[in-house]
Amino acid sequence: MKYDVRQLTLISNDKIADGIYDMRLEYAQDDLPVSCGQFAHVYVPGKSLRRPISVCDCSDGVLRLVYQVKGEGTKIMSAMKPGEKVDVLVPLGNGFDIQKGKKYCLIGGGIGVPPMLYTAKQCDSPVAITGFRDESLVILQDDFKSAGAETVLVTDNGSAGAKGFVTDILKERINEFDEVCACGPTPMLKAVAEVCREYGKPCQISLEERMACGIGACLVCAVKVRKNGGEIMQHVCKNGPVFNAEEVVF
Amino acid sequence: MADLSVNVAGVKFNNPLIAASGTFGFGREYGEFYPLEKLGGISCKGITLKRRDGNPPPRIAETPSGILNAVGLQNPGVDAFINDDLPWLKQQNTVVIANIAGNTVEEYCQMAEKLSDTDVDMIELNISCPNVKSGGVQFGTSCESVENITSEVRKHCTKPLVVKLSPNVTDIASIAQSAEAGGADAVSMINTLTGMKIDINSRRPIIRNNTGGLSGAAVFPVAVRMVWQVSNAIKIPIIGMGGITTWEDAVEMLIAGASALQIGTVLFSDPYAPIKINEGINKFLDDNGIKSVTELTGTVKPW
Repeated sequence: MKYDVRQLTLISNDKIADGIYDMRLEYAQDDLPVSCGQFAHVYVPGKSLRRPISVCDCSDGVLRLVYQVKGEGTKIMSAMKPGEKVDVLVPLGNGFDIQKGKKYCLIGGGIGVPPMLYTAKQCDSPVAITGFRDESLVILQDDFKSAGAETVLVTDNGSAGAKGFVTDILKERINEFDEVCACGPTPMLKAVAEVCREYGKPCQISLEERMACGIGACLVCAVKVRKNGGEIMQHVCKNGPVFNAEEVVF
Repeated sequence: MADLSVNVAGVKFNNPLIAASGTFGFGREYGEFYPLEKLGGISCKGITLKRRDGNPPPRIAETPSGILNAVGLQNPGVDAFINDDLPWLKQQNTVVIANIAGNTVEEYCQMAEKLSDTDVDMIELNISCPNVKSGGVQFGTSCESVENITSEVRKHCTKPLVVKLSPNVTDIASIAQSAEAGGADAVSMINTLTGMKIDINSRRPIIRNNTGGLSGAAVFPVAVRMVWQVSNAIKIPIIGMGGITTWEDAVEMLIAGASALQIGTVLFSDPYAPIKINEGINKFLDDNGIKSVTELTGTVKPW
């Protein structure tokens, strides 16, 4: 059986920025084959739907989920305490395709930053360009450095790092990279995809959509993609969340 | 161990739990959790004559004790289902129900004819989808149209025919009688209740289709009431569904008048729900000295 629901013990669930929490769950080592860009589907007691959260890190027996409190479900998650068992369906989806010897630019925007950390750990000396609205939302900068990434921080208002957008930095430095991987708000992903197309760089993007089953059965998390000359509906949970940017119809 | 098997319109199910159409695809994904023979049957994702891409996203919103969805019948079309999915499904040792939806009566008839030539065990006539512009529920909300489409499809359908009823009607018992008069072998009920959820900041509906179909625990009491009313109005069996979440719900729905059950929304929070619910039903039967689950059907003692 490919899928299983796991009961993982919560180690910590700390607030690391304004409205952003870092949930760490313990798993039996060698028992969680997660690749970067995949996600976990977290059961929230009392809610009809699980919450899909990208994997921020998965190593040394700790599954790390960094999430933003956006609604009722994530609010309940933020109140979970150490020692509690958390019901998680993981790993799900198709992640980033990372190849040895390539120079990667990893781009994260806001709560799209966490999956880029686990991705950075799979790359050789990547550059991590992360963007946030303002300094109160900045996360994971030290983690990226520990993962061996060069970090470039930007904020919309310049309250931390440089003032501007991730695409400003990407344009300046794009010739250094073989490939770009990105996760963040749709307008950012669209802008990143356009820059990559202009400069002829391959680009993988991780998408988000309202989701139910998480495995491709219910067909709610639809995304339109170009395949074989036509446009078809695929699904973020099963075909993604990572797609070839060239194929996504924004 | 009680006997959990049921018989609906001559089709034997190993247990009363059937995966509800639209929540389970064509079974392949949930088949990666457990062998599908654990289920009494699978009602497949609604299929149409030609491939449909469905509605633009978002297609789902969470509501108190439920969800709204408006997928809009995304499916590969009846021929692709027959060629690519049915052979695999038939190897899973469970009852396979094809759920069909059309834009016209003729399309329903064409699909029924094609599927009658296959190994499908049953055909479920979907005249209750609330999320498509034409077809779907437009056939399911008046007695005349329900009787007409049922009798027309009946002429082209050699398989047991189940008519899936919409709850978005004034009197569901008379609709069920029309399905029976049209030649249905069973009814399944209820499809989703139409609903809406609006983001108060953007003032936009969450679902791109504006409205969607409400399912989940929130609709369960409505479904029980309707199953009970219909069971008093028709002689053909009822496949009961609508918000079944626990084994207690399943037992309650059987007592209300259902001969078999479909479950859907609960799968999204607990993929193993059908297995747990079957275990719960079995224990209830054993604890109460009941030999067969069929002995529960319609045993409500109304005041």
